[in-house]
Amino acid sequence: MNDVNPSREPSRGLWCDIRVRMRRDRGALIAGAILVLLVALALIGPSLSPYAYDTLDWQHLALAPFNTSSHLLGTDRLGRDLFVRALQGVRISLLISLIATAISVAVGVTWGTLAGYVGGRLDGLMMRTVDILYSLPYLFIVIILTTLFTRGSLPVLFISIGAVGWLTMARIVRAETLSLRKREFIEAARATGLGTGAIIWRHLVPNLLGPVIVYATLTVPQMMLFESFLSFLGLGVQEPLASLGSLINDGAREMQSAPWMLLVPAILTTVLLLCFNLIGDSLRDALDPRER
Amino acid sequence: MRWIPVSVEDPTLRLESLDVTFETPQGEVRAVRDLSLSVAPGECLGVVGESGAGKSQSFLAVMGLLGRNARVSGRALFAGVDLLTLSRAGLDRIRGSRIGMVFQDPMTSLTPHVRVGDQIAEPIAHHRGASRAAALQRALELLRQVHVTDPERRLRQYPHELSGGMRQRVMLAIALACEPSLLIADEPTTALDVTIQAQILSLLVELKQDHRMAMILITHDMGAVAGVADRVAIMNQGRLLEIGSTGAVFKSPQQQYTRSLLASVARIDAREPVPAEGARTAASALALTDIRVEFPITTGWLAAPRVLRAVEGVSLQVAAGEALGIVGESGSGKSTLARTALRLLPPDSGQIVWLGRRVDDLSARELKPLRRDVQVIFQDPLASLDPRMTVSQIVAEPLQVHRPALGAPERQAEVIEALTQVRLDPALAHRYPHELSGGQCQRVGLARAMILRPRVLICDEPVSALDVTVQEEIVALLADLKRRSGLAMVLISHNLAVVRQLCERILVLYLGKMMEQGCAASVYSEPLHPYTRELLACVPIPDPEVQPGRLARALPGEPPSPLAPPSGCVYRTRCPHAIDVCREREPQWEPTRGRSGAVACHRWRDPGVAP
Repeated sequence: MNDVNPSREPSRGLWCDIRVRMRRDRGALIAGAILVLLVALALIGPSLSPYAYDTLDWQHLALAPFNTSSHLLGTDRLGRDLFVRALQGVRISLLISLIATAISVAVGVTWGTLAGYVGGRLDGLMMRTVDILYSLPYLFIVIILTTLFTRGSLPVLFISIGAVGWLTMARIVRAETLSLRKREFIEAARATGLGTGAIIWRHLVPNLLGPVIVYATLTVPQMMLFESFLSFLGLGVQEPLASLGSLINDGAREMQSAPWMLLVPAILTTVLLLCFNLIGDSLRDALDPRER
Repeated sequence: MRWIPVSVEDPTLRLESLDVTFETPQGEVRAVRDLSLSVAPGECLGVVGESGAGKSQSFLAVMGLLGRNARVSGRALFAGVDLLTLSRAGLDRIRGSRIGMVFQDPMTSLTPHVRVGDQIAEPIAHHRGASRAAALQRALELLRQVHVTDPERRLRQYPHELSGGMRQRVMLAIALACEPSLLIADEPTTALDVTIQAQILSLLVELKQDHRMAMILITHDMGAVAGVADRVAIMNQGRLLEIGSTGAVFKSPQQQYTRSLLASVARIDAREPVPAEGARTAASALALTDIRVEFPITTGWLAAPRVLRAVEGVSLQVAAGEALGIVGESGSGKSTLARTALRLLPPDSGQIVWLGRRVDDLSARELKPLRRDVQVIFQDPLASLDPRMTVSQIVAEPLQVHRPALGAPERQAEVIEALTQVRLDPALAHRYPHELSGGQCQRVGLARAMILRPRVLICDEPVSALDVTVQEEIVALLADLKRRSGLAMVLISHNLAVVRQLCERILVLYLGKMMEQGCAASVYSEPLHPYTRELLACVPIPDPEVQPGRLARALPGEPPSPLAPPSGCVYRTRCPHAIDVCREREPQWEPTRGRSGAVACHRWRDPGVAP
């Protein structure tokens, strides 16, 4: 035990920790800035343009980008403005992936902490459920879900994508909970008379936040990719709405004649995924206790 | 008087104004400053200091084992060569061959997936170019030298199959493999039980004499130094304060720091009397009757679960204002018993009574209002505090559970009072645990336990993770709390010297069973059970005139696996007085010394066994 504490930094909590450490990571800072910029653009960009995402401009069909008209990034083969559609796609993709991630965090953390903390039979039951769900071919389930309900209905998409994400989250949270449960501060809380719910909420969840945040940040791009994949297959967002995946699907068909229709959404998707992954990696480094 | 080598011979290792500086994000930290000392062949130099004294860093620097952010200057002469100027290849020829090393944690110092024999053979093959068969033959010989039982079988075992003491012996065998002229032992016995500690220390003495090696024993334990070292160097905050023959330093320390270090060690032979037992009028605050706790151990899918009997048939009573010490080696069930008494673990049978109310059959909901009367502090001060909460949140939590009606200002006032009561600066209330020292963390834990003004406090190894001077402060604080608040206290410790300072009564456990129980005065002055006697004999005394003799009398043997306890008396496999009846029948729990004590031994009355 060190009696003279070497760190002279002021008191800090989790968020302060993250800030201090991430500030040193140039890559994550740039990724964060690009992400903020893209989100802002997706929110206000479409309203700056004279076109809506579903306006058809018959004068300019399949127009190449950077032309003299007001279509900054050109148009698709129906004359819809690609700039607006791409930003609309970013909106939808972000919305779906964020909500799906939120679902997976909420369900996964609850499931994992309960299974890990209560343990015994409940743990066995809950984790075998996860194992069974894991072994189901979830793509088929999503296909069935989307055909049972209205095709492309957003709530169905949120639920079906979120239902896949929480499995891994639950496993990660349970493993962390198991190691935390043996720590003496949990025993001290039990000796104080705190109930199971209070221990999970006050002591386990705050100490789990680190890995949960990291995994959630890495889940967002996974979800986005999954959504793109579903939309690419035609199971996701339906016309005239657009997501990055459906735009890529459309663009791929015109790859030979109008490559920009593929390139615009593809580049946006790549940049978004890269940003999320960079931030996630940086968060993981910032929160890893071994780095301290 | 012991033979103290005169420096006619060239020293094996000589350090000349060694400086070690670490570059950290917070600036430079000077870990070692201007350290000069030497150690001669056949001599053991004890290097003593508290954590942060720079004692380990000095010798890690000599061996070139420090991280990249360390800067080392000065000279470290070994056999005429300055180790600090050597290249890595040059150092590799010396490390592990002419200088052997043993570290504190025998668990992490051995590679888990390599057989013990191969781990010992590796340096022999590497440094001597011996064939595998020859190296293994030598490994066997080494295991015999370090008194490993059944060495042929051990060669083929993996580290996890060995006990802590055995692993430390294997570490010694590896260090000795190439007949080094210098052995550096960094806290080699800190992680071990007192009995095993005594065995390892006496082995060190034997090895030093047989091999005429120079030895450096880095430790915080004055008792260990008194038994083994010929000379002592006292370090504090990176500086060498004092160096001299062990006898001289212990008898007439020159520095104030050395004096305070010696004074703060809890001594089993202290002159102060043990706390006297008061009249047993007070009602019992905590009573356990015939507690049994078992853990099923599943070894595989299809194998039937085996049963580990952690605690078997233990009964105890503690009255208000009284402290009961529970002692025993690791694996004796002390901590399991504490968790059972707190109802953190369910007992498989037996009764638990808190303040006259039976609680072993209560549900969690029924138990909750009663919990405020029975509180606990743990061994690891940092791990027992939630790292994401501030000191004031931690200390206030019990109030939120048991007195939810309390307003924020009143709660804050209670927190400040509790912090003051454990002599902690209330200004620390907004700090996080990792910003506090070990002693401060333990005080926070104590404040959390005391804020509800409990009637029973269970302390599980409350000081064993702390430096000796901090230990002394915490023990004094506990004694003070007990005296002022009439607390009933259960003190679980492997350190009998600490227990002696606080407890009126002692309970000795071995493999989950009660061996002896009695008032402290009689247990310490005339222990009846051979195990109690062995435990007492193994506690190191920081006195170089008596400790070497005590070490020499340490008995061999380790506790057997609790999964396969011996028949009859569980202690018989280590007991020097064991006879046939000990194997055949389990001894009865017999009252002794009037009604105050009891012992479980067939032969406690026999002449030659009784003290």
